[in-house]
Order: sequence, then structure tokens, then C-alpha cells
Amino acid sequence: MSGPDQPPKASPEETQGSEAPQGPKPPSGGASPAETDGNLPARLGEERLNAPVIRQGMFGVQGTPDTSGYGLLRVHKAPPLHSERPYGSYFDEIADALGGALEAAGLGFPDAIERVVVDRGEITFHVRRERLTEVATKLRDDPALRFELCSGVSGVHYPDEGGRELHAVYHMLSITHNRRVRLEVSVPDADPHVPSLVAVYPTCDWHERETWDFFGIIFDGHPALTRIEMPDDWKGHPQRKDYPLGGIPVEYRGAKIPAPDERRHYS
Amino acid sequence: MGIEEKLPSGVLLTSVEKAAGWARARSVWPATFGLACCAIELFQTGGPKHDLARFGMERASNTPRQADLMIVAGRLSQKMAPVTRQIYDQMADPKWVISMGVCASSGGMFNNYAIVQGVDHIIPVDIYLPGCPPRPEMLLDAILKLHDKIMNMKLGKNRDREITELENARLGLRPLHLAEPAEADL
Amino acid sequence: MTAGQMPHAAAGASDAEAAEGRVYTVSGEDWDEIVAAANEARDFESGERIVINMGPQHPSTHGVLRLVLTLEGETVAEVRPAIGYLHTGIEKNMEYRTWTQGVTFCTRADYLMPIFNETAYCLAVERLLGIEDRIPERAQIIRVLMMELNRISSHLGGIAPMGLELGATTIYTQGARLRERALDLLELITGLRMNHAFIRPGGVAQDLPPGALEAIRVFLDETPELMHQLHTLIDANPIFIGRNKNIAYLDLEGCMALGVTGPMLRATGLPWDLRKSQPYCGYESYDFDVPIRDTCDAYGRYLIRMDEIDESLKIIRQCADRVAARGSVDSDPVMIRDAKIGWPAQLSLGPDGLGPSPQHIAHIMGQSMEALIHHFKLLTEGFRVPAGQAYATIESPRGELAAHVVSDGGTRPYRVHLRDPSFTHLQSVAAMCEGGFVADLIPAIASIDPVMGGVDR
Repeated sequence: MSGPDQPPKASPEETQGSEAPQGPKPPSGGASPAETDGNLPARLGEERLNAPVIRQGMFGVQGTPDTSGYGLLRVHKAPPLHSERPYGSYFDEIADALGGALEAAGLGFPDAIERVVVDRGEITFHVRRERLTEVATKLRDDPALRFELCSGVSGVHYPDEGGRELHAVYHMLSITHNRRVRLEVSVPDADPHVPSLVAVYPTCDWHERETWDFFGIIFDGHPALTRIEMPDDWKGHPQRKDYPLGGIPVEYRGAKIPAPDERRHYS
Repeated sequence: MGIEEKLPSGVLLTSVEKAAGWARARSVWPATFGLACCAIELFQTGGPKHDLARFGMERASNTPRQADLMIVAGRLSQKMAPVTRQIYDQMADPKWVISMGVCASSGGMFNNYAIVQGVDHIIPVDIYLPGCPPRPEMLLDAILKLHDKIMNMKLGKNRDREITELENARLGLRPLHLAEPAEADL
Repeated sequence: MTAGQMPHAAAGASDAEAAEGRVYTVSGEDWDEIVAAANEARDFESGERIVINMGPQHPSTHGVLRLVLTLEGETVAEVRPAIGYLHTGIEKNMEYRTWTQGVTFCTRADYLMPIFNETAYCLAVERLLGIEDRIPERAQIIRVLMMELNRISSHLGGIAPMGLELGATTIYTQGARLRERALDLLELITGLRMNHAFIRPGGVAQDLPPGALEAIRVFLDETPELMHQLHTLIDANPIFIGRNKNIAYLDLEGCMALGVTGPMLRATGLPWDLRKSQPYCGYESYDFDVPIRDTCDAYGRYLIRMDEIDESLKIIRQCADRVAARGSVDSDPVMIRDAKIGWPAQLSLGPDGLGPSPQHIAHIMGQSMEALIHHFKLLTEGFRVPAGQAYATIESPRGELAAHVVSDGGTRPYRVHLRDPSFTHLQSVAAMCEGGFVADLIPAIASIDPVMGGVDR
């Protein structure tokens, strides 16, 4: 990372994060630069410059001829969200109760929960997969939590996140306290095992089968993890990003339109 | 088969064709093959407002053995395709198929891994009915066109001749997107 | 005992020719042994258990649902539902379309309640966009109106086939007759009888057409009488009661374990309705009740659905009154007035169908370059939704319907998952029906009211 006495790069390519034309002056005395300057826009922008590029240009135009003027735009990946206390609304109560319940069981809160994200009025606990069953049991049984209803589990596939490609997302509802919470477990493609929650929430039975069917996440301890939507002898897991949409070109009189995933797109 | 197979082509056969066609068209029994959204419109067509009973079709035969008409109503998924073929095979001749809706006719808006792009990949279709979903009036129009087809269906030797003519005509067809015969690569 | 040991047995089949399965020869004073042996050999060799396939093509399974039944006589020993015969890949298809186009896909998931699918998806997208509180009031009222109209047509679309499956065709025709009126109203407002794609992120597609309010009032005036006729036809019918009362029992504990919501949960006595507890689209301002029963059976669920139709009529009346009290649409938009998000064109009906109104065309072609650019960008690329994920839940006719939407900052959804109530509820078939009779399967499934489009998506 560049020191605070170097001005941030203002070259035309890097359009992200260089709002301040001049970097902050280093403070006199012995104050550490990171503490005083860490939150300034220029600093945050520089950190993001180190992240990988996820989008280039605009309007889906690649290479030439690009007359949009945005051809040199490089959008870097945003860092994973991480919320600090206080979370607001009823989220603090949930986090406190969950932490208390986990500690009473001899597990630390950071042992089980990697990260907490409060975004758009919803709280997400990123749970380590080894502790998923305990966390779910505490959520269901602890009187301050009482998340009786599990809405099910679904998967999301992020092929760009090395080592954490497959996410299993659980949504819980507490009828007693009228609250909602989300649990998210990340597992790598190479080892896609997640403990099954069927023993805690029997409703997850078919949802876990569906997530296995579409993403290949293996739920250890599931009574019968078989395909549910696709035919039993189907190969591949269709909703992964590396599985093609599988359409065929459409014939019209005098024209042939390619399948939807091969057409031109504007994003 | 029946008497129509033994009659020579002529006035007698034509009269038998007319009588048989008239009788068959008046009481077509559909096999309930409602799959998805079009099945709901099929269900409304059986309701009092658009009445299927006036065509003698309200007696939907749930067993394909007694059904004449298979209205494939809705999107046909890959998992359901063998079942569809089995049901079609279990129907006794003469049988007809209406593919109701765009999903049954061509895959519709679902051009993907899970949907068969048209039931005519699996079973022969007599009437294609577009719509997403087609209104009950459109379904009744398709049924009336099918009745026309049934009433004018040839039997016996006439039918054999007709089939040969139709096959010869089909052999000259080429894909729609190729305009010139020279480009066609059959 | 073999035939050779039985000197008094008639010359009949030898052991080798005996009927399939074990042969028990009873000669006297050994009935206990026989019964004990028969009970321990209660398996397929005894010939009492058969496996029957209630295949995907069946008139009474509410669509392409396959049930593999293990029967002992008339009693269901095991029932295993097999689904996936209508899997369409809707969720994956939505990843290849813009956010607005996604509405046309998700609307076809549960095709008896298309408006609810659209609303769940649009609420999730609006939460991601951060415009939840900027949706125009008129759009919210129209959304509630359409949802309740769809609730009526969906409940009738469940009750009518329920009658048909029990063998009562009159329930089917009368239910279809009433449903036809609701569909006429939906067609008048949205242009289509089903799969409307009417609710869009940012508002609704277009305003109520002229004549809609009068048609709604006529519908509200005539429907109670028709509902009364349905009640008289069905409620006290001894056969209907005999087939539905105390059938398909699922109590509160079972519902919580199996994730069951909606009328099935309210039949256990718990008054849980998301319109009251976690309101959306302005539901907190409407005056309606939540019908409950505490019988936990199929009859209770049927009565709840009929009562919910009456409550929906109340809500529709309030919506119609509110819309009538508001001004004309020029000052009262139905789509968010944000040039970067809201669908630009006021749609109107022209000689060639539904399209941008002539005023809008004149505006973008003659008056405002910016409007033209916004129109072009929104129609080709669509709007961009900031990265994140949202989970929006609504109270659909079948239970809690939710859309989990993940965005990566682009113009297309990264992942959309529809948490469909029918999918979750079908898991409870085994809990409700094992140990009962085969004939009770039909009312049990009818009381769940599954729609296979939502189950398989």
C-alpha cells in the first residue's frame, strides 16, 4: 500500500476511487498513518484497486469497435461486506442471544460465525460449516431466538470466489418474536460438504435435495440425498454458472436467432 | 381393421368416410394431459362459460386407453417426456394430438435444458395452438379445426394414397432459415 | 408344514406348485402360530403389500405429481411423492434476462397465482434498489387489488378441482363459473387472464383502464351471492364432510417441523398471516380479518379458503374506493418517477396492440433527448441493481412465498430463488396420509392445494 505522503494515482484509466486530487498531508508527530487516514475516500479507493477486475467497459461491448467512450473503464470487485456493531433494529438482540447461547455451549461466537452482514434491513450470519448444526439448534431452541420455521435452503454459485464458490443460504423465521434471519455457509467446489439440517428442521429435506440437484452441494447426514427436480440419471448440476443454459437456436423464416445465453447482451 | 379397409376406393368408401368422420368428430374424448398453465385454461374451457360439453368432450378420459384426443397443455419437461410418449402409445387408434400453447408447440419462452422444444419431438401433432396461454376461445377454435380434420379424414385405400402424397410433399421441406434450395443440407 | 406331512390333505398343489409367497397350512389349534408367523412375515412375499404408482398423469394429483404408494389393502403404508415433472429452469432462465424481463419468467412459476410470484420478486428487487418507500401510492393500491383478485381466483382454482377429484362435478362447474368472473376482471385490467407480467419493479405496468372501477363494483356486488350458492352446495354435504372432516390431520407441531404456512397453518389455530405480522404494499392500512379454524383437517382448510375469499372481497372494495378517491393518472403515477429505474413508457392500447403511448413517443422523439436515452437504455440494457441479496416474503394463497434475489451489480439477476409454499407443503403428504386410506390421499392433497409449477419451477 502506498504511504500517505504519495498522492493517489490520477491516471485516466483508474476512474474508480480517485476523487481527491491530492492525498492527505501526513500528520506531524508519531500518529500512525493508517489510523488517521484509513477512512478517507482516496485510501479506500486505493485498496479496491488491488481487487480483481470484474467488469471492463460498458454496454457489453468488447474490443473494437467501441465508440462508447467507456472502453477503458475497469470496475474492481467490491470487498465482502462486513458490518460492525451496533447492527440496529432487533439484530443486536439476535446476535447477543446467539452469542450467549453459543458460549453457554462452550463455543465462541467467532468460532461459529465468520462474519455478520446487515444490509438492506436484513441480517446475514456467515456460519462456518462445522458449526452449522449447533448454530441452527441454538436458533431453534433458545427462548430469546426461537426461530421455529426454516424457510428452506438454496444455493448460490460464485465461481469467482476461489475456495468459497458454493454458498448455501438458509432463511429462518421466528413466529414468536416476528423476526427473520439468514444463515450463509460457504464451501469450496473441491469439497462441497455441508452438514444437513434435517435433524433440526425436517422441512429442509426436499430443499437440501434440490440444492444438491442444482448445485452439487452434498449435505452430510441427509437421509436420502437424491435428485428431485431433474431426472434421476441426469449428469451435471444445472444451476451452476458453468452449466450452460442449454437452449437451441430458434428458426424463423429467413433468420436464425441463437439461444438466449449466446445472444448479444448489454451488460 | 374394419369395414373401411376392405372397401375399394369409390362412392361407397366416401360415404363410409363421411359417416365415420361425422361420428368421430361428435364425441372426441380428450385425455387429461394438462401439464402447466395451459391446463388451467383447459380447465376453464370445461367450465360453463366456454363449454366443452357442447362438443361431447366433457367426458375427459383419464385413462388413455379410452381417449381419442391428447391435448398436451403446458410445457413438457425432459423428465415428463417418456411419460408423454407412453401415454400416447397407450391411446388406441384413431387418435389425435393438439399441442396447446407455445411451450408444447415449440418450447415457448423456455429455450433451455429442461424443456423439450416442442412435443412434436416426441409425438406427432395434428393441430398446433399458439398462445401463452391460449384463451378458451382459441382452444375451441383449435378443436373445431380438428373436427374439420376428423370429418374429412380419409379411410382405407384413400388414406394410404393420401399418406403417400403427404410424405412426398414433406420430403421437399427445408429448414425455414435457409432460403435457397442450394443451401439446404438435408 | 409341507403337504407330505399332511396325510389328510387333499391331493392338490405340491409345495413346488404352491401359490406364490409363503403357504400356511392350518390344521387346528395352531391359529396363534399362524397369526404370529403372518405378522412377522408382513412383507412383500405375503402378498399383502403392493406398490402402486399414482403416476404423473393422473386426474386427481393437481398436476404432474407422482406418488409412489405402498399399500396394505386400502391402507397407505408409505407414500413417497416424486416431483420434477414440470421443472422448467425458470430460475436459471432469469439469469439471462434483465430485471424487468425476469417478471415474465417468475410469473409462470406458480401459474394459479401469477401476481403473487411477480410481487415477491419485485419486492425483493425494490429492496435491493432501495426504492421500497418510493413506490407510488397508487401502484401499491393497485398491487393489493390485483393480489386479492388473484387470491380469489387461486382459491377457486383449488376448490373447483377438489370437488372434481372427489367426484362432484357440480362443484367444479360452479367454481369455474365464479372463477371466470374473476378472470374477466383480471383480463380487463391487465390484458391477460393469467401470467400477466403486470407487477414490475418500480410499480405496475399500467393504470386501471376506464371502466375497471365499475366492473369491480359489479363483481363485488354479484360475487357474495355466488359464494353463498357455493357454500350451500358444499358445506353441509354429508359426503363432502365425510371425505374431508378429520382427514389429513397436521397439527401445529407438525406444521412447524415441516415448514408449513398459509391456510394449512391457520387450520391449526395459529393466526399467522404475513399481511398482518410483516405487512408489505400497505396492507397494514386495510381492514380485514384472518380466518382460522382449529380442526387441523382438510375440512377446516377448505372453510378457511372460502372465508379468505370473503376477506379478499372486503379488501378489494377498500382498494376500489381508494383508487376512486384519487386523482387522474397524470399527477398520480403508477410507476416510480425515477428516470434510471422506472419503465419509461406509459403503455397504451393502440391499433397494433399494447405499446408506448403516442404522447410518450412524441416526447422522446421530439422534446427530450434525455428521455430518449433513458428509454433506449432501459429497454435494451435495463437498470442496474446494486450488489447484494434480498429476501422478500409475501402471504400467497398457498402460504409464505418468498423470492431470494442476489445481484452482482449488473443488469441481470445473478441468482433468483423462489421459495414456493407448494414445494414445502408437499413434503407433508407422508406425515398426513400414512396410516390412512388410499381414498383419503385425494382430499389430503387437495387440501394442500399444490401447484406443480411452483413445486418444480
